[in-house]
Amino acid sequence: MTKTITLAHGNGGEENNELISKIFYKHFKNDILNKSEDAAILELNGKTAMSTDSFTVSPLFFNGGDIGKLAVCGTCNDLAMMGAKPKYLTCSVIIEEGFSTRELEKIVRSMKKELDINGAMVVSGDTKVVPRGAVDKLFINTTGIGEVEYEGISASNLKEGMSVLVNRDIGAHGATIFSAREGIELESNLETDCASLYPQVKVLIESGIEIVALRDATRGGVSAVLNEWAKASAVCVEIEEEKIPVQESVRGICEMLGFEAVDLANEGTFVLVVPKSDEEKALEVLRKTHESAELIGTVSMQYEGKVILNSSWGTKRFLDLPTGELLPRIC
Amino acid sequence: MAELELKNLYDNFRDGETIKAYARIIAEDAKKLKKPINIMEVCGGHTHTIMKFGLPQLLPDNVNFIHGPGCPVCIMPKERIDHAYVLSMQKDVILVTLGDMIKVPGSNGSLQDARAKGADVRFVYSPMECIKIAEENPSKKVIFFAIGFETTTPMTAVLVDQVIQKEINNIFFHINHVTVPEVMVELIDSRDVHVDSYNNQIDAFLGPSHVSVIAGAKIYDKFPKDYGRPVVVTGFEPVDAMQGISMIVKQFVEARCELEVQYKRVVNYDGNLKAQALIEQYFEKMSLFRWRGLGNVPDSGLKLREEFVDYDAEVLFKDVLPIAEIEDHKLCICGDILRGMAKPQECTIFGTACKPTTPIGSCMVSSEGACAAYYKYGNLL
Repeated sequence: MTKTITLAHGNGGEENNELISKIFYKHFKNDILNKSEDAAILELNGKTAMSTDSFTVSPLFFNGGDIGKLAVCGTCNDLAMMGAKPKYLTCSVIIEEGFSTRELEKIVRSMKKELDINGAMVVSGDTKVVPRGAVDKLFINTTGIGEVEYEGISASNLKEGMSVLVNRDIGAHGATIFSAREGIELESNLETDCASLYPQVKVLIESGIEIVALRDATRGGVSAVLNEWAKASAVCVEIEEEKIPVQESVRGICEMLGFEAVDLANEGTFVLVVPKSDEEKALEVLRKTHESAELIGTVSMQYEGKVILNSSWGTKRFLDLPTGELLPRIC
Repeated sequence: MAELELKNLYDNFRDGETIKAYARIIAEDAKKLKKPINIMEVCGGHTHTIMKFGLPQLLPDNVNFIHGPGCPVCIMPKERIDHAYVLSMQKDVILVTLGDMIKVPGSNGSLQDARAKGADVRFVYSPMECIKIAEENPSKKVIFFAIGFETTTPMTAVLVDQVIQKEINNIFFHINHVTVPEVMVELIDSRDVHVDSYNNQIDAFLGPSHVSVIAGAKIYDKFPKDYGRPVVVTGFEPVDAMQGISMIVKQFVEARCELEVQYKRVVNYDGNLKAQALIEQYFEKMSLFRWRGLGNVPDSGLKLREEFVDYDAEVLFKDVLPIAEIEDHKLCICGDILRGMAKPQECTIFGTACKPTTPIGSCMVSSEGACAAYYKYGNLL
């Protein structure tokens, strides 16, 4: 292979085959993909979940992850958040002419690693190479299909008295990408939370906890998830501000740049709603993976369709959706 | 010695028990007030703190806030925002400014819109980044569109200094630095022909501490002396703000009218003399600066000194820069809000036609503007 990807690698001919076989097939190989048919033929049992996402993050490599890991986690997590086990993925890449072959392979390798964590495989793919400037280095789209293992998770089922939890400290991905992009040099161990969530969901399901609502707090952060739920369920979500777990380095970035951690994107953080009676058990299960998991609030009827932050000194305010250009292209 | 962590700089200043204790002290003292008092927090940073942390919910009915004009983005008149837009659209120009400027709409659109149309607009956290941009783009003209109060002026002055020392020939400046005391005078004692109101409601000022880190507490001397308004230079954390408010209430209760510093951990009377000297070296007062929502305020703006005219983008590009003054929408009452004569909710377009995503008036433009803070945090009050 040449050291960089050229327009010829997208020609559908010999160079194209070389790119596909020496990079994508080499790492993704499985019986379905290897057949190289026009479409993958799948065997599915019972209810099926499906989700798609495109990934355009800049920079491509960042502390704790890269666009490849993100592309698999992102789609698999969306499936997991509906109680589904990720099974099959497609992978389409659009590559800018001149992109480094070695970097491409590195990205594909980290996709494979993440697929294995989920127990999923890539069964179909596409590669396009476009002239310099037509895309920013590399964009990836993945679409995933999963088998539903737990039914009934919904944004519309929140009821008064239920408990709201997060599986870990929030905002790490947004803060990491922002400092990488802006070249903010901080002495910190800040790294993205990017991770596959299916293993954690599996444990939750197996523990017998009633999962009312579950959503990963990607773009728009925790505040977007809570606002969507409050509206969809016509309830008030009340959050105790001091309970929200935020690691020191993320808080530092927020203080410096005037962000709020609840607005920052995450790629391995979810919000969970369970009945009050399950809250302790849920917290115990979540803390097996992340010590920072926390019970952050409850569902009430105080202001329908709104999210409220309560302070430790007895004041309250609405938590609205983040607006404007906060962090463009973080995923 | 234990290492100082970042959280040490704010954790205790957000302590719930301390905040509640100040609320009790203020409530107790306020019972002795002869009449209600209105405190103007001059700075948008304070407005943000007050609203974000819900401080009005902790104060008695006879202690009120008036939200001042101290948001450098909000007070930029539209014609100057148009300058930024026009400059960014010039051939071979890279326009560099601070992040807050991005979404402020001028008459042609915002810098965000200019960028979408192909202009090279960059947002930086430190003006010094201009040097790197200029070195990487030797054939381009890098224009630093400088905004801000006394707090950010020294950073621009350092950049000017470096550009001259290093003989960098492709960095230019569009200066929009403004100063706090002059606009405070204007608010109490308006001399603008467009403004007929002398009936402002301001009884005291919460002075922005970051301005005084540079300029010292001394810039407020005249307010207790000549205008009968106490000033307490105050920090930006909620405990700071509550202590500052408490100090003001005590002055009224004890019938004092003084300049005090709450933010003693950083602010002193004289300020940063080195920074002041650098500002003095490169900048001089403009006779008038037009503030959005307030009109012309004498001696409130800075410009590059005559001898540095070769670096002044406002002079170099004067042929393309619009000069006509552009008034705000006639329904907008930002001017009244800044004088404490109205609250954001009293505006007929607040939260309807005028929102943070589509700001019509100055106070909705930046997160530090009074209307934007009310929109974001204030709807529980």
